[in-house]
Amino acid sequence: MALVTIPLGPQHPALKEPENFTVVVDGETVVDMYANIGFNHRGIEKVCEERNFTQILVTLERICGICSHSHATCNAQGVEELLGWDIPDRGVYIRTIICELERIHSHLLWTGVAAHEMGWDTVFMYTWRDRELVQDALEQISGNRCNYAMNAIGGARRDISKDMCDKLLKMMDVLEAQTEYYTQVATTETSLLKRCQDVGVLKPSIAKRLNAVGPTGRASNVDADVRRDDPNAAYDRLDFDVITYHTGDVFARVVVRVKELMQSYRMIRQLVKEMPEGDIAYKKPAKSPKVPEGEVVSRYEAPRGEDIHYIRSNGTDKPDRYKIRAPTLSNIQSIVEFSKGNRIADMPLCIAGVDPCFSCTDRITVVDRRRGAARNIAKDDLKLYARRVDEGWPDLRDLPVGFDAGDGEELLRRLDEKRYAGRKSPLEDREVI
Amino acid sequence: MEMEILWAILFLLVFPGFLFLFFWGLVLEWWDRKLYARLQHRIGPRFIQPEADFIKLLAKEDVVTKSSDPGMLYMLPLVSFAAVSATILYIPIWAGNSIVYFQGDLLMVAYLLTIPTVALFLIGWHSANLFAAVGSQRAMTQLFAYEVPLMLVLVSPAILAGTWSISEITQYQMDHPWAMWFTLFPGFFVALFMLQAKLERTPFDIPDAETEIVGGPLTEISGKKLALMRLTFDILMVVGAALLAALFFGGFMLAMDGWVGWTLNAVLFLVKTLLIVFLLAAVRALFARLRIDQMVDFSWSWMAPLAVLQLFLVILVKYFDLVRVVGGWL
Repeated sequence: MALVTIPLGPQHPALKEPENFTVVVDGETVVDMYANIGFNHRGIEKVCEERNFTQILVTLERICGICSHSHATCNAQGVEELLGWDIPDRGVYIRTIICELERIHSHLLWTGVAAHEMGWDTVFMYTWRDRELVQDALEQISGNRCNYAMNAIGGARRDISKDMCDKLLKMMDVLEAQTEYYTQVATTETSLLKRCQDVGVLKPSIAKRLNAVGPTGRASNVDADVRRDDPNAAYDRLDFDVITYHTGDVFARVVVRVKELMQSYRMIRQLVKEMPEGDIAYKKPAKSPKVPEGEVVSRYEAPRGEDIHYIRSNGTDKPDRYKIRAPTLSNIQSIVEFSKGNRIADMPLCIAGVDPCFSCTDRITVVDRRRGAARNIAKDDLKLYARRVDEGWPDLRDLPVGFDAGDGEELLRRLDEKRYAGRKSPLEDREVI
Repeated sequence: MEMEILWAILFLLVFPGFLFLFFWGLVLEWWDRKLYARLQHRIGPRFIQPEADFIKLLAKEDVVTKSSDPGMLYMLPLVSFAAVSATILYIPIWAGNSIVYFQGDLLMVAYLLTIPTVALFLIGWHSANLFAAVGSQRAMTQLFAYEVPLMLVLVSPAILAGTWSISEITQYQMDHPWAMWFTLFPGFFVALFMLQAKLERTPFDIPDAETEIVGGPLTEISGKKLALMRLTFDILMVVGAALLAALFFGGFMLAMDGWVGWTLNAVLFLVKTLLIVFLLAAVRALFARLRIDQMVDFSWSWMAPLAVLQLFLVILVKYFDLVRVVGGWL
């Protein structure tokens, strides 16, 4: 039978955010897959170069709705390191409580979404109802359900009251009972096991080679967790286990995330009980601190994996260069690898199984290690990339962008001429980032 | 003669014909959606929600793509709706006899009920859409999987009663109520799951797997055509439940004549359909969606042997004439 190319995305019910996964299928079996990213590129790194550090803190929180605090914390701790400030303990603890609450809400969200991808809406409704408890708590603490704005450069922006702490403890009991139930369901329900076991198997060696991070990597026995290996915030004072699983299939990812939920409950209990008194921030949140020259790599274990922020400052209040590597960017390469050999019906689970957050992902820098050079994909290259389907590039890998590209501007001009044949292109006067 | 024509019009258009099927189909849809929601700790839709959905769909714009086949897409929903609606005439509702009955109407009903699935396949095929094509492929594969066990268990009560007419099967059950119940238990279990497969609901909603292939065969149709296809599947639920009620629960019909008896029997029939849809809604809430190969596996490895076992049981009962013997004790 002939090979059929099916585009999954950018608009597709299986994806919560727009990306394109073009699968080539033979019947129902996936033979090849291309991941075309870039649909959610907003030019964040460029924006960061033109904003001062306080504005950046607010901007970066809005990279993603689910892991907003991760990016904000990663940024704040990086800038604090450059400034050399020593954050008071209470601020650190508050930050970590929000970190773990975010992890809980993210994992519960993922469990529901994975169940929905499987067609099991009952689990979706149950887990999201429990997630509402966490969202209520976050709203009471910070005033918002997703972009919490709890970070300041120098500590936390708001305090958590004693009442709230007690509520958090009670909430942990409820959530723990529910999560026990979900663990039991996930490990014993036959239809779930049939859909998840031996689906999207990522072998540990390949996981290491392709840099699978977070629960995706840990489900393939890659024992790496920034909270334990390079502790930031209050993690060096907490007692928790890093969960790994050996099978590397979707079932392993379910198990790892559900068990991580239990660890998060444990951590929040410790954090709330041991929270010290004192200031919550080093100074009053500064308007726009002038950061001395330097560069820092800030790492953080977001719910989806290792989030890396690289900041280079030059003595002013704006950074010289800001680079973000979100965890999903690593995991997409793994998706392409382990999806081959599975069936179309498994595709939603394969893609959703790594808990993708494409909003975090899209940055466009091409690095060639052999040449020792990096090049940012320019505006014209992006335009070519967007028009590739219309212009009929036979293979996406023939696209003339990146290092071996010709002059993108020249090529675009020729394509425009051909297409508009004398008429003025409607896109000519528009600035596209 | 005029009275006959009047009665015929009443039966065809009002009860148990078009109007009854329309409204009871939507009531059963509400019943199913409400139960499904309650099992998920949600509230669920109001009673007139399905009617509202239907009316809204009728009012929507009907987009027809250039590369699709508009004639087929226009005709197929009508054909499947007509086929499914016609079957209600052969199922006894308020008395031992249906409106029309003849030897072999069981097989004709079974045949008519396969038409919606074939129509679904053709709609997907003529939609000029990749997702629709994959969906219709899956619909056909699923048909090959569930059709055999379903046919076998639909035929078991016929063998037990020694007749090919649904009406006579029901009368046989009214005469020997407990015999049918004890013998046909595995058959009912298989029929329930295979009805779920025919209706394309979880765990067998593979052709219409929203998260995998968008809308399945129905991806490209909208407006009146979609309204008619959804109504077809709602009526298929009525007719399927009615068929199961007649073949497996027919024995619990009051042997009363006259208007009182008929009304009570009709109400009892409606209760039976509600009960069957209750079970279908529970199955829908409890399981994840299977993959098509797993579904085929399940059908041929578990459902088909169970159906054959049922057939074997029925043959044993007939051979030893257990119905008469045990019936004499009870």
